[in-house]
Amino acid sequence: MQIHISKSRMKRRIALNSIFRILFFLATTIGLVFLSLLLIRILNQGLGYLTIDFLRNFPAPYVEEAGMFAGIIGSLFLMLLTAPIAIILGVSTALYLEEYAPKNRFTNFIQVNVQNLAGVPSIVFGLLGLTFFVYLFQMGYTLIAGALTMSLLILPVIVVAAQEAIRSVPKEIKEASIGMGATKWQTIWRIVLPAAVPGILTGSILALSRAIGETAPLLIVGAATAIYTIPDSMLSKYTVMPIQIYSWTSRPQEEWQFVAGAGIIVLLVILLCMNAIAVWIRNKFQNRY
Amino acid sequence: MTDMISNQQNENSAIDDQYIFDIHDFNLWYGSDQALYGINMGIEKNKITAVIGPSGCGKSTLLKTLNRMIEMVPNVNTSGSIKYDNADIFSKKQMVEDLRTQVGMVFQKPNPFPKSIYDNVAYGPRIHGIKKKKVLDEIVEKSLRGAAIWDEVKDRLNQNAYGLSGGQQQRVCIARCLAIEPNVILMDEPTSALDPISTLKIEELIKELKDKYTIVIVTHNMQQAARISDKTAFMLTGELVEFTDTDTLFSNPKDKRTEDYITGRFG
Amino acid sequence: MVNNNEQAHSVQEMIKTNKRKNNLLKTSEKSVPIFLLFCATISVLTTIGIVFTLLRESITFFSDVSLADFYLGVNWSPWSGKFGVAPLITGTLLITFIAICVALPLGVASAIFLSEYATNKTRKIIKPILEVLAGVPTVVYGYFALTFITPLLQGLIPDLKIFNALSAGIVVGIMIIPMIASLSEDAMNAVPNHLRAGALALGATRLEVTFKVIIPAALSGIIASVVLALSRAIGETMIVTIAAGASPNLTFDPTQSIQTLTAFIVQGAKGDTTYGSTIYYSIYAVGITLFVFTFIMNMLSQYISRKFREDY
Repeated sequence: MQIHISKSRMKRRIALNSIFRILFFLATTIGLVFLSLLLIRILNQGLGYLTIDFLRNFPAPYVEEAGMFAGIIGSLFLMLLTAPIAIILGVSTALYLEEYAPKNRFTNFIQVNVQNLAGVPSIVFGLLGLTFFVYLFQMGYTLIAGALTMSLLILPVIVVAAQEAIRSVPKEIKEASIGMGATKWQTIWRIVLPAAVPGILTGSILALSRAIGETAPLLIVGAATAIYTIPDSMLSKYTVMPIQIYSWTSRPQEEWQFVAGAGIIVLLVILLCMNAIAVWIRNKFQNRY
Repeated sequence: MTDMISNQQNENSAIDDQYIFDIHDFNLWYGSDQALYGINMGIEKNKITAVIGPSGCGKSTLLKTLNRMIEMVPNVNTSGSIKYDNADIFSKKQMVEDLRTQVGMVFQKPNPFPKSIYDNVAYGPRIHGIKKKKVLDEIVEKSLRGAAIWDEVKDRLNQNAYGLSGGQQQRVCIARCLAIEPNVILMDEPTSALDPISTLKIEELIKELKDKYTIVIVTHNMQQAARISDKTAFMLTGELVEFTDTDTLFSNPKDKRTEDYITGRFG
Repeated sequence: MVNNNEQAHSVQEMIKTNKRKNNLLKTSEKSVPIFLLFCATISVLTTIGIVFTLLRESITFFSDVSLADFYLGVNWSPWSGKFGVAPLITGTLLITFIAICVALPLGVASAIFLSEYATNKTRKIIKPILEVLAGVPTVVYGYFALTFITPLLQGLIPDLKIFNALSAGIVVGIMIIPMIASLSEDAMNAVPNHLRAGALALGATRLEVTFKVIIPAALSGIIASVVLALSRAIGETMIVTIAAGASPNLTFDPTQSIQTLTAFIVQGAKGDTTYGSTIYYSIYAVGITLFVFTFIMNMLSQYISRKFREDY
């Protein structure tokens, strides 16, 4: 009798386990389902409007003539300015923290500060850029103001990635270099940095792919929604892909949403390429030591 | 042999030219823990000096002090003096990079750079400003020959050094060290990570290098010390217990502790 | 000396000659750390800049509008001079609440599945998908909320406004699932395997191990991840700007159109606001409110996860 009860109890417990396994699995796949819905929806709506002209045209009041050229070029220019600023600042900060910083409260403060900056909402960076770059430094609503704002936004991400990459360079090869009479900076420049480059590159590309999709801070620092020339200097007006998408999305007529869909396809394809490159670099150089 | 390097030597010095390192009353602390106690030791030129002792006896610490690599560890304090070529290695005038250029080091685990074999060996000359391709080619070949690995790698100099076996990697590391022609080579248990055959090759190599270089080798392997070294030092808990000719130390140790160690009572 | 002198010039001699010439090395050895330190202080200056900006402009704002009017007022219509921030705060809280209702169960369930049930192979497929989900730009999520989720929900709830808190909140929730899932999974993975093995050996099922051993042990890590996700939801801008509307209503009805703190900042900074007007300064007062909210959440999350680390 006793055994019988415990057997049925056992069965129930095992059944419960199986049910929950399925539930957990379903919960996990909701992300996948959502992602598929999103992609299908966007392809469905946007693919019809994705033409060569769409990639070549400037914004236009008519759906048929609207294009993303200004946004694509604007995003590209913005990244060309943002990337060197953010990467140089980020890698330098990481090198300082990992290789030079004495263990004191100031160092600790910088470290905690970097972590906290990573958690500040992107729109707050927009306000920072608005006050400092747009008004105080009188750059106005220009490409360089946007690029500086974006650089500060992705700086913490790059610092953290670069720190990890630098930390993973084995101590032994640093010792080998120092042991041959190399100075500290020679060792860093010739040994540590080359060995950390893949990690730094992966982190930087991922950070840039975040920046290329950012909309809110650029709305604040005044990226234009419609622009009919490509930027010819750092002080030009500009627009970027996500802002064009936003401006199309917020129009009431339904066909503009299809245009937005086409814009999203372009943006996602570019993001996908950037991510693929990052993953490729990560896999190619993984476990080298 | 010309006297290019010894030109810098203080001619007035009374210290015997026979010794390249002169360690006098040397103490070392990691923070508040003392690791070396009153070491007195002279290391002779063109000899192989082995330092043996159980783990934690301070032999590696002593070795790393000779080219000041010990300073990579934070909070290290020292007292007493170590003279290299009659000059205090800790003096303000002594550039630590110059010392390490003349006193090379081979590490416990093979640690080639993640670069080609060629770039590994050319690293030292390059950081010291030698850029001419022809000169570098010459140095690389000579160093790899010197480390008895030229024939094995001459056809794949541009391949990554990580593709070599452990023993080959260690010989590339020795070649890398030879490339800047140091006067002294410090070896920190260079064969402990290797198989017996590779170990044998490296031991033969070390004996050949003796003609041109002064070698100080730390080893946990007493047979190795007996096989290759001219002088042997036995250390225990941070003290230098006995330091004499290798033959004497192993056949006729003066100190009871040395005898216990070499007969395998502990360690 | 002991040098190898078969060559006309010994390497050591060449090194010596080079060294005499080379002052650049010494200079860079000294200047590089200074340059690096300078770069490292940029991140500190950024923080100082943010706090300074928000404080200075807010102080100007509060000389026009009293603190009490701002924080206790219930009417937010800045273009008619009413600056009671309560509707924006309730709007933000409503979105955050809906988001967490979606993300907490799904995120934690995903974490449990990945950490306790999934085979390595499944994990290798699912984790990249979650990463992709985390990498989708928020403007795309906003578009999706407005053009897909809202019409879908309107089929179920006929009264649903075109711009509404519900669909924006759901999509914000989906956006933060990967964050909760991956951080919670890390916390669960950190539970030592012998605890798992011990319970399984006593005949407990995976489910019992999960609820009686793993979740209690990883609880603080899970909470930390949820708090961090809350902070992300509070700071999220584009989804709510696009899908939740621009009507600062003091309501907790998710079918209504609302406005969040972030959405107002976009509205206020975009276009027609003149520099130096009260509305201009109001975006900073709203900004500092937002900043304080997220800052507290981030600190709390860090505090909880630090305590958690001490446990092992």
